[in-house]
Amino acid sequence: MTELLGIPPQVLFGQVMLGLINGSFYALLSLGLAVIFGMLNVINFAHGALYMVGAFVAWMMLNYLGIGYWPALILAPLVVGALGVVLERTMLARLYHLDHLYGLLLTFGLALIIEGLFRNAYGVSGTPYPIPEALAGGQNLGFMFLPNYRAWVVVAAIVVCFGTWFLIERTRIGSYLRAAVENQELVRAFGINVPLLMTLAYGGAVALAGFAGVMAAPIYQVSPLMGQDIIIKVFAIVVIGGLGSIFGSMVTGLGVGVIEGLTKVFYPEASSVVVFVLMAIVLLVRPHGLFGRPRT
Amino acid sequence: MPERKATEGTPLLEVSDLHAYYGESHVLHGSSFVVPEGQVVALLGRNGAGKTTTLRAIMGMVRDRRGSIRFRGQELIKLSSDKIANLGIGYCPEERGIFASLDVEENLLLPPTVAEGGMSLEEIYSLFPNLKERRRSSGTRLSGGEQQMLAIGRILRTGARLLLLDEPTEGLAPVIVQQIHDVITQLKGKGYTILLVEQNYHFAATVADHHFIMEQGKVAEEVRKDELEEKQDMIETYLGV
Repeated sequence: MTELLGIPPQVLFGQVMLGLINGSFYALLSLGLAVIFGMLNVINFAHGALYMVGAFVAWMMLNYLGIGYWPALILAPLVVGALGVVLERTMLARLYHLDHLYGLLLTFGLALIIEGLFRNAYGVSGTPYPIPEALAGGQNLGFMFLPNYRAWVVVAAIVVCFGTWFLIERTRIGSYLRAAVENQELVRAFGINVPLLMTLAYGGAVALAGFAGVMAAPIYQVSPLMGQDIIIKVFAIVVIGGLGSIFGSMVTGLGVGVIEGLTKVFYPEASSVVVFVLMAIVLLVRPHGLFGRPRT
Repeated sequence: MPERKATEGTPLLEVSDLHAYYGESHVLHGSSFVVPEGQVVALLGRNGAGKTTTLRAIMGMVRDRRGSIRFRGQELIKLSSDKIANLGIGYCPEERGIFASLDVEENLLLPPTVAEGGMSLEEIYSLFPNLKERRRSSGTRLSGGEQQMLAIGRILRTGARLLLLDEPTEGLAPVIVQQIHDVITQLKGKGYTILLVEQNYHFAATVADHHFIMEQGKVAEEVRKDELEEKQDMIETYLGV
């Protein structure tokens, strides 16, 4: 194959693929953040730390208990979700009647504590996590080489995002969630246990972060700082997509990942700031985000 | 405090010496009244007399409340609003509370069933045919009248037998007001008990069996349906009509 826009196709498609991979993690994380902000009115700064915990739980299961990737893909999100439920019940639930700055401060503090604990125990250099045997190797597509595990990550992230979208937009419990985002007080006056709904929403959203963490483990190093690296970008993505749109979070996550990948091809110097440039432009043109509705 | 007694029927809801506060401001000052089973009871009064707050206090939506609210003999004053709703009280708020991110049918299906004997979706659609045509529209695309019908229809499915309706005719065209009137009469015929908050005294006079006039956060007068004419002047003084 010849060159495309002066770029060898392997490089171009390789970066697009990498962008989709990063975008998959952005989508999974920003989805959870959007749910938590919508329901709990909390900007969950602990989201990155809980993503990191998901990766570490998988790593610990493998190294201490001999539990492999596939069981960990189910078990680690459950562990992270349970941790989320405890954090919500014992701490966050006490802050709902206050300004959301308090929730932000609490979750920021929690993130520092959680990351500090793991840093103390495992250092900052990071440890590898093997790709599961079933997904080792890759496919030669002619124009690029596609590692099986990376294809799996993109497909799994899209399936999980779509499942979450379906749960929220098409089911009874989802209609409770959507209604509670609009008017919690009235939903409660209809007889729905809103505090329980909020606990479940937080638990579910951080379980998604845990799931992303397990999927990320074989791609990136399992490191106490992996959450910090990604979460700032994810916040920018949530701003770009606009809060309150599940579909918007998914599309924006994947889209920004690809744009970032393309930037690496065409103007590598800008690749680490392109997300924030996009955020600034969106804020100027559409302050409530590409898919968001203005909050009333 | 004079004893407010029900003229007929057993009391379904008994409110006595109810106080409610929003932060520093004391909104209800010892309100007392009784809603007998199977009747339509109207709370009348000027703006700011505490009518809406009374309904919100019954539903547990005002956190800071004191006194006693008994439903079928059970004390509600310490219960959270989801527990109160589950005892069989349906609430239709003044601002109607239609959810924009839900379509009409999802709005109708939102409140969970709290008791047996609620209406089916088909029965609600036959009561409000407009809603059936618009079942897939977003809840807030409806006209004001349709939104009001949706807000009332929504609590008929749940099996709640006591309905709290906050100004169901506010801002509606006369033809819609007539429709709401017919629905309330039909619901009464089916044995529902209704506590109605109204600014529109003439509307309340046509549907209610019993009127309580509120002023400055408490019930000032009780007027039975058959006393309406003789107490006309007094009522008009209170309401400033």
